[in-house]
Parts: sequence; structure tokens; C-alpha cells
Amino acid sequence: MTSVTSSMAQAQPKIDFSRLFTDAILATLVALGLFGLLIGVKTDQSLNNQMILVLRPGLLALILAAVFVGRLTIGYIIAVRDARPPEAKKAKAAKSNTALWVEKYGLPVFVGFLFAYPLMVLYTAGPQGAIKWIDNFGIQILIYIMLGWGLNIVVGLAGLLDLGYVAFYAVGAYSYALLATSEPVKLFMAAHMGSTFWPLWAFWICLPIAGILAAFWGVILGFPVLRLRGDYLAIVTLAFGEIIRLVLINWVEFSNGYAGISSIPRPSFFGVPFNASDTGFAARFGLEFTPIYRTIFLFYLILILALITAFVSARLRRLPVGRAWEALREDEIACRSLGINTVNTKLTAFAIGAMFGGFAGAFFAARQGFISPESFVFLESAQILAIVVLGGMGSLMGVVIASILLVGGVELLRELDALKVIFGPNFDPAQYRMLIFGLCMVLMMLWKPRGLISVREPSVFLKEKKSVSSDHVKEGHG
Amino acid sequence: MRSLHDPVLKVENLTMRFGGLVAVNDLSFSAGRGDITALIGPNGAGKTTVFNCITGFYKPTVGRIALRHGNLDFAQHIEALTDSDHGAYRGADGSLFLLERMPDFQISAKAHVARTFQNIRLFSGMTVLENLMVAQHNPLMTASNWTLGGLFGLAGFRRAENGAIEKAKYWLEKTKLIDRADDPAGDLPYGDQRRLEIARAMCTDPVLLCLDEPAAGLNPKESLELNTLLMSIREDHGTSLLLIEHDMSVVMQISDHVVVLDYGTKIADGTPEQVKSDPKVVAAYLGVPDDEVEAVEAEVGV
Amino acid sequence: MHKAGTRQGFGDSAKLALREGREGMDVFVQQVINGLSLGAVYGLIAIGYTMVFGIIGMVNFAHGDVFMISAFVALIVFMAVTALAGLSGGVVFLALVAALLVSMFVTSLYNWTIERVAYRKLRGSFRLAPLISAIGMSILLMNFVQVAQGPRNKPIPPVMRDVIVLFEKDGFAVAISYKQILIMVTTAVLLGIFWYIVQKTPLGRAQRACEQDQKMAALLGINVDRTISITFIMGAALAAVAGTLFLNYYGVVVFSDGFVPGVKAFTAAVLGGIGSLPGAVLGGLLIGLIETLWSGYFSIDYKDVASFSILAIVLIFMPQGLLGKPEVEKV
Repeated sequence: MTSVTSSMAQAQPKIDFSRLFTDAILATLVALGLFGLLIGVKTDQSLNNQMILVLRPGLLALILAAVFVGRLTIGYIIAVRDARPPEAKKAKAAKSNTALWVEKYGLPVFVGFLFAYPLMVLYTAGPQGAIKWIDNFGIQILIYIMLGWGLNIVVGLAGLLDLGYVAFYAVGAYSYALLATSEPVKLFMAAHMGSTFWPLWAFWICLPIAGILAAFWGVILGFPVLRLRGDYLAIVTLAFGEIIRLVLINWVEFSNGYAGISSIPRPSFFGVPFNASDTGFAARFGLEFTPIYRTIFLFYLILILALITAFVSARLRRLPVGRAWEALREDEIACRSLGINTVNTKLTAFAIGAMFGGFAGAFFAARQGFISPESFVFLESAQILAIVVLGGMGSLMGVVIASILLVGGVELLRELDALKVIFGPNFDPAQYRMLIFGLCMVLMMLWKPRGLISVREPSVFLKEKKSVSSDHVKEGHG
Repeated sequence: MRSLHDPVLKVENLTMRFGGLVAVNDLSFSAGRGDITALIGPNGAGKTTVFNCITGFYKPTVGRIALRHGNLDFAQHIEALTDSDHGAYRGADGSLFLLERMPDFQISAKAHVARTFQNIRLFSGMTVLENLMVAQHNPLMTASNWTLGGLFGLAGFRRAENGAIEKAKYWLEKTKLIDRADDPAGDLPYGDQRRLEIARAMCTDPVLLCLDEPAAGLNPKESLELNTLLMSIREDHGTSLLLIEHDMSVVMQISDHVVVLDYGTKIADGTPEQVKSDPKVVAAYLGVPDDEVEAVEAEVGV
Repeated sequence: MHKAGTRQGFGDSAKLALREGREGMDVFVQQVINGLSLGAVYGLIAIGYTMVFGIIGMVNFAHGDVFMISAFVALIVFMAVTALAGLSGGVVFLALVAALLVSMFVTSLYNWTIERVAYRKLRGSFRLAPLISAIGMSILLMNFVQVAQGPRNKPIPPVMRDVIVLFEKDGFAVAISYKQILIMVTTAVLLGIFWYIVQKTPLGRAQRACEQDQKMAALLGINVDRTISITFIMGAALAAVAGTLFLNYYGVVVFSDGFVPGVKAFTAAVLGGIGSLPGAVLGGLLIGLIETLWSGYFSIDYKDVASFSILAIVLIFMPQGLLGKPEVEKV
């Protein structure tokens, strides 16, 4: 009986409301300090181009009220949680191998869904509406999944923190764009292979070249940073990424600078172009011409490229080189004491990761038909790295979930016209994309610093495959 | 003594300076083949620095560290090798390596010197079995045709991998870790981690195994088991052992040859019995001037 | 993003002279003066990086954006004061002082909040987590200012345009402006004050103790959380000084101004030796000099490439920097 009454007493937690209110008022005061000038006053240009200040007391009050209510709610939730008896907390900790299960069965299910996705969208939205869903959501997310899987080799497996991954994406994109639009190459091909050959086959020939060139750059940029670790490595790779972008901007004769490269040939269906001509895809297969076929083809193309990335990286993980990567992430000195050539091991990680970035870049150039240095800014690198880290380092399925959440979720904002009803017709949700993206990065890290799928699947086992909790997994020295 | 007529390792005039600090000063000693050689000395005597020089983590300021495989005549080849700019000589009857000329990973891969660390360095996020597989990286890498064959799942690689698992199993049995094979190395208790580190080092097929305080933090029972394990490594695998140890019961029971360091200088070299009664050693450990040694000895009843 | 070469600073006359084919001592002296004043701004930002890295071992990626925010706060305060009281000499001076003080306060509040909200919980956790959180914070701050204040360049009316002509040669006047004097004097005074705080006060001792070993410092009764908070506040206050001087020097600020100066200041911190206060200022001055001389004598388009290259070269070949201590690999 006594135990029942005591647990009853615990079930009704005592919450110190006066403290909650003090905290909320303090938070509001801090918010007033933070936002008072930057939100409460807006710098603007008057009609005669004079800088003027516009006061926005209403907006400021609204935000302060939101902070007050928000802090109160969070404080209350935390207080209730802390007051709960300890047994209840423990029950939550007893997580079984769910994450391993997601990793094992989630991917096949997801891939099956992806193969059906264009047809499902086509069926529900019709050929006109489907393009947006296949292109903006399908292809866009798949590019990031592929980039995430590529970077996962470098960051997740080898533990090499790379903040300049977008450089290899750029190398791939520019390799394809420059080769495919180069006059000498065009003339050479026209002379030897006929005039229609190059526009039709350029993508398929340049795709491997782009990958190889990116891998080559991976080694070149990887070589000088071999000795660096952690944050320093991140900053140097960031610098390399920026240098490549700035050179692309400034070396106009080579890359056409800010203006970028346009009229990049689109990929053909293995030699059959997607156009309205008699030899085009639609005519050849007896279909009515619509642009959706190209979009669907591009979707399957990036899907297959991404799956190759996943397959190769999953396979590599079970090979000596993959195990050496992970060992390197855990302890470089121990690796050296076991006779592992850490230089080669790191360089292979850089090269293979960069190669997949290069493939993705070539695909990107072919899909857009136009590229410029603006597509390869630091923010892209940060976004890809965020996907890998939020997904859970080394986890393939984690990258998928993080890409859908971050890229898809942010993309979805564009669609939220409903918000205009609340915030007025001038409200443009797309403006808040990156704001929310940054906020999500911070919040996700606070919520799950080790990522969504934070278990590691052993690469080999004797009797039983047990997941390794990420509490043991080290984050890498370099 | 085997260290004189049949050495596996010969350290000559080794000096290691860090800035103005002399960590090791003109140290020379040999380790006999099949011997268990102990390197002892008070804290800060420079023992781990010697290990780091032997295993290539530090480049010695001065000195020669030679390692021999097989029955090759040491004296005959060493000067010729030193005068050449090569790090290794391979002959019909064995090989000779100058460790100070080789990068650290090659010392393990080519000269087959393995080591453990004072503060255990396991791959704690990987399983026990994976730790032992990483140790067999080089042979497996060759078998996988530098990844290409492995990527396509060729039969040769699968055979090699099964062989590697068998070898790992052998060492897991031997170190009594077989039941923990699929657990993360970081989950093991301290004593098991120490044994796992030895098993991992043994998976590289070492000629010389360097153990940095293998008994540190072990309880008496574990310490006894460690002795058995080390003896068996020596008997069954012909591996020579070099160990740094503070636990005198381990040193006295299993070692054939003891080298004592103090302030980076060798102060004694001989059998455990010889070293034990050396007044300089006692003084170094108890920290008293030489002339008071006898008094101290009388006091502690040596 | 930031476009290279859009800024028109005080190097204009020197650049013009170079374009006319003049390459004398006079031009060089002018470039050095310009470089040192720019470098002093970098040095002030660099101190924030160096102190935070020293105490918690993380690159506070958002520090460049904190600097940008400080410039915006200064802009708003300056605009408000001059809108109320006009643009006469005395008012401009008062407005600048007010902008500086308010900006120091608000920016400190920002950095305090950032540490409290986005970094504190991640201290001692998975090491990548604080870095990712800081990158997220950087994106958040940049876009917050873009949304709240608009994406355009924000100019202030030209003020403090007077210069002191040092000497004149063949019609080319080598001059130092009041703005430049203001920057150099402020930097020197602040460096002195901060060096005193870190070296001679109990607060500085607590900071150095936390740098060495946070657990041990806590056991000895040092309030580690508070020490770290104060470090962030100090870094932000200096960034605010840099931001106000930057605004006054260039007369314009835009929401994306945090990134490139941030990276350059970080380069300065590393070049000087991370963890070293005089090193940060020395590094800043060097980066400023290199940037101005590079723009003057080689190519203004590639000036950011030069900065990023220096960053990479320094990190790769001398990660301990000029005044830092070398790190020995522990086996």
C-alpha cells in the first residue's frame, strides 16, 4: 500500500510556476535586447533613395509574445518531464535494435517506393502537374541523397571532416559542361563520328570522365591536408572549395565567370533524344510528345546513379579498405601500429567520395542545361555535410531521411500558399527557406547530436550481428 | 645469453631529444630471439620513448635500431646496410631492417614489429572481431586485389577473408574473448581490452611484440593469466617479446632478460636475479644516494 | 554571396595611381597604411575566434555573422541618432560613440545567447556537433538579417572624410584618414585592455585554467559555464567594435558581410597562433597588409583567393602559427 501511495505522490509533480514565469520574462527581456533594434526597426530606402528607418512595434510585440509563450511552454514540458519518476525515463532508454532494423529493411522498401514514385505521381497529378513533383522533389532530393552518400564515405566512414565537398560537385559539372560545349571537341567528333553523335552521346561519354577528374582533384586536394585533423581539416577544405569557386568566377576565359555556361546538351535515352522530332523518344516509342518523359528519365537516371553510390559504399565498408577507413576514424595511431598505410587509405576515401560528387555534378549540369559558380557556394557544402551528420555518421538510410527532411521539407515551404492567408499576401514563404534550414540544423544537433540513426552495423560477425551504439563510435580525428 | 649471440633486436647508441630535454641518452641493448625482454625503470625514465623509437612513432635523434628475421649473420650485413641508403636487406637466410629509417606503418607491415599502448588504443566503436580483421589489413588488401577483386566478390578474396576470420577466432579462443566476438570493443571490461589489444597485435604475425605495461590495472588473477598468455605466445609462436612493466611479479616471473633505465640512461642489464640485487637499481627505485643503499636494503629486508 | 572587389575603400587613390603606372615608395606607404587599418579590423574579429577556440576548442563558425550583426546594430543606432539630431560634426561623433556602445551591448547579448542555446548543451558531446550547430547558427543569423532588414546594401551618409596628408610627391598625396587613425588607436587601446584582463585578473586566470582542463578548473571552484559565457561576451564586444569601425570605414554593410571577413579573421587567428591574443592582432595586420598589397600590385579579383590560399597554407605548414606553441603528437 505504501508503495502505491508514494508512486501516486510522484505522479503528481510539483511544478514551480513562479520560476517558470521568471524564466519566461527573462527570456522575453533577452529577446527584446536581441530583436528590439533588428526587428523593431527596419532600415529602408525612401523614394528619393535616402536611407530611412521604419518602426515596426507591432511585429516586435508579436515576436516577444511568441518568445514568452514559447519559453513558458518549453519550461513547463521540461518541468513535467523532470518530475516524472525515474522508472518511466528508463523505459524509454530500453530501445532495441530498431535503428538497425530501419537500416536493414528501410532501404529496400524505400528503393521500391522510389521506382514506383514517378508512375504514382503521374497517375495522381497528371502529366502537367507531375513534372513539378518528380523534378523539384524527386530529382532534387535524389541529387542530395547521392551527394550525401558520396560525402558519407569521407566524413561518415573515414572520419575526415570535409567542408568543401561542393568543389568536386563543381569539378564534375564543369567537366561535363566544358567538354560538351567545347568547339574543338564538337568539330573533332563531327568529323569522325558524324554530326549528330556528340550532342547525343556527350553525356554518356563525359559522365565517367567527370567522375575521374573529380577523383583526381580529390587526391590533389587531399594530399596536402593529410596531416590535419578535425576543425582545421574542415576549414582548409572550406578554403579549397572557395578557391575553386572564386577561380571559376574570375577566370573568365576558362569558365565564362559569373555568366556561367549555357546550352549544355541534355542526356539522351542512350542515343535517342527527348524532343518532338521524328527520331525523338516519343515518336520512336509511339507516344505523344510531352516533356515529362525526359523528367522521368532523369529521375531514373539519378536514382540509378545514387543506388550505385550506395551499393559501392556499402560494399566497400565490408572490404579491408572500408574497415581501414573506419579504423582510421577510430584511432589513427593504432592503425599505423598495425601496418596500415594511412596516407593511401585517406586518399582513397577522398578520391572515391569525390568521384561520386563528380558524377552527381555531371548529372546536375545535364539536368539544368546551365551552370554558374552560384550553384557551388559554401552553403551547398554545409547542406551536404548537415545531411550526413544529421542522418547519423556512416548510415545510408540516415542520409535518406535527412535529405527528405531538410531538402524536401524546405522545398515544401514554397508550396505553402496557405500561409499567405495568415501572414498576408506579401508573405513569401520561400524567403524563409534558409532561415528555417539554419534553425533546423541547430535544433537537430541539440536534439540528436549523433544523428537520427546513431547505431553502427558491424561489417563482419561471428554469431550474431549486434548494432554498435554510437556512444562507442569515435568521431574521427581528421 | 641469447641477447648476445642470437639477437632479434639490437638498439645502439639511441638518443632522443625533445628540444632541450634528453629523454633517452645513448642507450644500447639487445633483445634475444625467443626471449622475453623487460624494460623497466621509474616513471619518466624514457621507456615509452624507446618503444616509440622502435615502432617508428618517433625518429631518434641519434642511433641505430636493427631488427633481424631468420638466421642471417648480423655482424656481416649490418655495416653494409647502414652505409647504403636502404632501410632493409633481404637475403636467402633472412632479412635485416634498420627501423629508424622506416615509416611507422612499414615497421609493422614489413619488419613485423607489433605493439600495444600504455593507454589502450582499441577501435572502440568496432566489434572485437572487426578489431582483429583490421589487424590483418595488409594480407587482406592483397587478396582483394587492392579492393577491385573484393568489390566484385572474387573467390580468392572470400577464401582469404574466411582464413582471416579463422585466425581471429584462434586468437579470441586463446585470449578467452570468443564469447564477446560480436560486441563493441569499447564495451569490454578493462582486463579484456588489454588482452584484446594483444590479440590484435598478434594478428599481424609479429616477429617482435612490444607491450607497453600490459599488466597495468589488472587484478592478481588477470595478471597471472597474462603471464600464461605471454609465455604461450613465446612458446607456440616463436615471437620475441619486449615489454615495459611496473609490476615486478610479472617481470621477475616471466622475463629472461631485464634492462633498467633511469633518466634515459641504462643503469643495469642482465637476468632478473642480477638486476634485482643491483644496488643502482634499488637506489633508482627507492630514490636514495648510492652510499645509503645498503642501509635502505637492510631496512626493507632485501 | 559576397562579390569580390565590390568594395571601394580608402585604397582608391593608391589603386588609381597604380593604374596610371606609378609604383613608387609613396604608393607603397599608402598601401601599408590602408592595409594596417583593414588588418586592425580583422585582428579585432580574430580575437573572438582565438579566445573561443582557446577555451572550448571549437571554431565558432557564427562569429563572422555576429560581427555582421554588430555592424547592423551600429547602423541602426547611427541612423536613429543622426535622424533625430542632424549630421553636424559633434553629433556624428556622439552618434558613433552611441552606435559603438549599443552595438557592443547587443552583440554581446547575441553571442551570450548563441553560446547558451546552441553550444552549451553540446559541449563535451560528439565533436562534430558544435561545429554543425555553429554552421547552422551562421546560416540562421545571416538569413535572419536578410529577412528582417532586407537583402540590399545599407549605406550610411559619408562622415569623417577628413584626411591628414603625410607627405606629397609628384602630385600624389600619401594620406591617413581620421577613420584610419580611429581604427588603429581603438585597436591598440582595446588590445592593451584585453591583454591586461587575460594576463593579470582573476577572470583571466579562470579563463586560462579552463583552457587547460575544464574538469579540474571546476573542481577548484571556478565557475566554468560563467567563464565560457564571459569569453563569448568579450569576443562579441570586440567584434562589435570591429563592426562599428568597419561600417564607419566602408560606409556600407550588407547581410552577407559576415562570411568573407569572418574567414579572413579566422585566417588571422590561425596565422598568429590560435589561442594567442597578440597573435590574433599580428595575424590580422598581416592579412590586411597582404590583401591590400595583393590588390594593389597583382589583381583585385583574386584578393580573396589569396586570403583563402594563405589560410590553407598556414594551416597545412605551420598550424601552430607565428606566436602559438607547437603541438607534439602523443602516442
